[in-house]
Amino acid sequence: MTTLLDVRGVSKHFTMGGIFGRRVVEAVADASFSLSADNPEIFTIIGESGSGKTTLARMILGLEDPTGGEIRFRGQKVDRRASRASRLEFMSHVQPVFQNPFEAFNPLKKIERYLESTAQRFLHTSDRAAIDRATDEALQKVGLSLVEVRGRFPHEMSGGQLQRCAIARALIPNPPLLVADEPVSMVDASLRMSIVNLLRSLRDDLGVSVIYITHDLATAYYISNRLIIMQRGRIVEMGDARTVLDNPEHPYSRLLKSSVLSTDDAGAGKLSTDPVAVSQVSALAGKPGRLVARADGRDVRVYT
Amino acid sequence: MISVFRDLIRYNIEFTIGLVLVGLVVAFAALSFISPVDPSLIYLAVPDQPPSAQHWFGTNSRGQDLFWQLSAAFRNSLIFGLTVAVLSRIISITVGLAAGYLGGWVDRVLMFINDIFVSVPIFPILVLFYFVLRSDLDTFTLALIMACLGWPFDARLIRSVARGLKHREFTRHAVFAGMSTRKVLLEEHLPYVMPIVFATFMNNMLWSMALEVTLAVLGFTNLNHPTMGTVLYWSNQHSAIVVGVWWWVVIPVVLIVITFLGLFLLAMSMNEYIDPRSRLRRMGV
Amino acid sequence: MTRDILKVDGLKAYYQMNYFGVNREVRAVDDITMTVRRGEVYGIAGESSSGKTSFIKVLAAAVRPPLRVVDGSVRFGFSTGPIDVVRASPRELEAIRWMSLSYVMQGSMSVLNPVRRIGKTFRDFAQRPLGLSGRAFEERVVEHLARLKLPADVLRAYPHELSGGMRQRVTIGLATVCHPEFIIADEPTTALDVVVQKEVLSLIREIQREMDSSVVFVTHDMSVHANIADRVGIIYAGRLVEEGPTRQMFFAPKHPYTAHLVASLPRIGDTTQRPALDGRPPNLADPPRGCRFHPRCPLAIDKCREQSPPLETVAADHRTACWRWREVTPLVGAISPVGVPA
Repeated sequence: MTTLLDVRGVSKHFTMGGIFGRRVVEAVADASFSLSADNPEIFTIIGESGSGKTTLARMILGLEDPTGGEIRFRGQKVDRRASRASRLEFMSHVQPVFQNPFEAFNPLKKIERYLESTAQRFLHTSDRAAIDRATDEALQKVGLSLVEVRGRFPHEMSGGQLQRCAIARALIPNPPLLVADEPVSMVDASLRMSIVNLLRSLRDDLGVSVIYITHDLATAYYISNRLIIMQRGRIVEMGDARTVLDNPEHPYSRLLKSSVLSTDDAGAGKLSTDPVAVSQVSALAGKPGRLVARADGRDVRVYT
Repeated sequence: MISVFRDLIRYNIEFTIGLVLVGLVVAFAALSFISPVDPSLIYLAVPDQPPSAQHWFGTNSRGQDLFWQLSAAFRNSLIFGLTVAVLSRIISITVGLAAGYLGGWVDRVLMFINDIFVSVPIFPILVLFYFVLRSDLDTFTLALIMACLGWPFDARLIRSVARGLKHREFTRHAVFAGMSTRKVLLEEHLPYVMPIVFATFMNNMLWSMALEVTLAVLGFTNLNHPTMGTVLYWSNQHSAIVVGVWWWVVIPVVLIVITFLGLFLLAMSMNEYIDPRSRLRRMGV
Repeated sequence: MTRDILKVDGLKAYYQMNYFGVNREVRAVDDITMTVRRGEVYGIAGESSSGKTSFIKVLAAAVRPPLRVVDGSVRFGFSTGPIDVVRASPRELEAIRWMSLSYVMQGSMSVLNPVRRIGKTFRDFAQRPLGLSGRAFEERVVEHLARLKLPADVLRAYPHELSGGMRQRVTIGLATVCHPEFIIADEPTTALDVVVQKEVLSLIREIQREMDSSVVFVTHDMSVHANIADRVGIIYAGRLVEEGPTRQMFFAPKHPYTAHLVASLPRIGDTTQRPALDGRPPNLADPPRGCRFHPRCPLAIDKCREQSPPLETVAADHRTACWRWREVTPLVGAISPVGVPA
């Protein structure tokens, strides 16, 4: 089995504050998982704000360096300070999709600029026709076309279309791995599912692995193969998506699941929260514990 | 471009007034290219003549036709101001964008140098240069020196915009689209920096011209080179007002006021138009 | 006292902009008529650029140019007397603000002054309307905060010292301390974590029940509506396209857009393909002719392209604006409750 991405014991801490009152914040503590190159999958990282999921994503993309452990992509260490050539090489294999579709493109410039630049740089060509062809192909994969997008500015398109353009841009170098950080949280409800379905088809039809970062358990259930749940920088539960979400074991996972609002009791919603569960969870936050494997293939953090 | 001007003229009264005033001054200065007399020569005409049909602005105590003298003077001053503004923009954009985007030690070193230049007292330094260089201090050298002193404030402004832009998501997308740092700075970030560049360009022009006038009036520049300031210097030397040659003082001052006012109005009105936020609003965001 | 506390009649509010000779009229609210009853939670669902934010601004009497109310009325029946906020004078509006009508906003940080302690902010907003002085006012505030499960020393803190959830609870406290009869909540839980969101929602419902206030709750998240609203109104392209009791809206919607919004929600326990809607929300400066939803509607026929369907009552307390409402069925994936006729 060839490894695509290997995250080994990764930690990241930030020091805040000045000379007086220095504080160390542990954004990510001891995260480990790996993705195989043989089976494209959607690997989901679930977490609330402050869980460290965005920091982890940034480290995988090489935008930050871990303070402990290391991240290897296809055997090569992911390093923010690597030479430009090796960073470009990395970027041709790993591309991001970020949260805000309206900020994905420079508001003052035409959208196709970034697509053309990606094609030019990563397909190593300056031929106008080749660039246009590659751009059009990528746009077709997301349900758009170059004809529709040419000459348009970001404000002329909806959030859903912009996010699709961003995904198309990320697909131009044919990367085996996409890192999508909350790609649909800022997209309108009626356009959201088309993007989520698109991610699914990227895995099924194009063989692209996606690291999908979200706080929404429902979409995670819908498209993930495996997932990890993070709380305050630590992985508390990890495993096959359906196994974990149908029957979460860790108290935090259970609290998350019970807090998800369902439409099943529409009109008679039960909004009661269990204060015992909440206090139990906040008592556990930040405690190291250790990850143990369970029979059904999941890993859970225990504190005994 | 034409439509931009047309829109501005139609809807922005400050721009129109500014354009008219500056247009007048520039036209006046441009006339110096067809000047029948050499403005650096003296005692060519009868001195102390009031404005008349023969000498539109009269003549001064040095026997020069004031019209052509001032025309040459304004041309030189405007060119001077433009030179200083352009040169110092180049420095401030480079320093500001580099420091803001690259951060780290580059930022620290550049800002350290920046702060040194900020704290330098400009006027005494210029006077010092005069004392050292004396007659070697021609206009271009002075422009160069002023450009090297006039960039730090604006560099900091540009730096803060660049820092903000670094963290915007489209910058990250640009990096992942393979754009080099130079391309990101010049093509993605520069449009956002342009309003500051433009406003400070005008500011710089006004500042440098005013400083030149100050130096000249006190006698610290090449006095045989006609500029706004040297004209005032000579009128002061010859005690023009006392002697009754009022046109030698009043007319230059009026023209100076028109120039400064016009440039200021242009700068303010164009700036609002160039600002990315108002551009976005106009595009219909 | 009538059953309705709010009556909106034929409301039209447009953004009228003239910039360098370019005239743009964005029809943000284009003829909305609806009512809100006393003691009910009315949910307003709609996406961004549907006009719901502008509608809320009119309700909250927070209309500023370039937004202008072009037609219609917004009449509240408060216990202090009826008032039409479209036509009221600033003094009349000042009298009802906070005491009868209050507003919970999306970003708590945009309400709470970051350099003022919470207690001072309370004094800024609520002391004058309540008309209480020092000691009595503080007691009232502390008592109210306790209901929100906030300790008294929150008053001495600065906003940044509190967590997001606590700040949002403070914002709700601020909006409810004067016991207003009508509360407008604009996406109050959108930026919050799932766990905190549930707590805040349950708090809003508790407060609403205790004070018997009416709440207009605006959010694009349908699952929130399912759990908190008594009735839901769907706004699309500046118009109300469907309105009805929550249960009916989810299990028997009568408009294709509503049916889609409900069916597209992913659910834990269900991995069947969710339907996705083509196209995009229309540009309010140039909306489509006829029914505004027709370019994206799976049921669209020629009639829909020519004539805009009126909002009609089609069942008990249930209105819809669709020519083919009888043929709207819950789309694939909607889970009907056991034992309830669909």
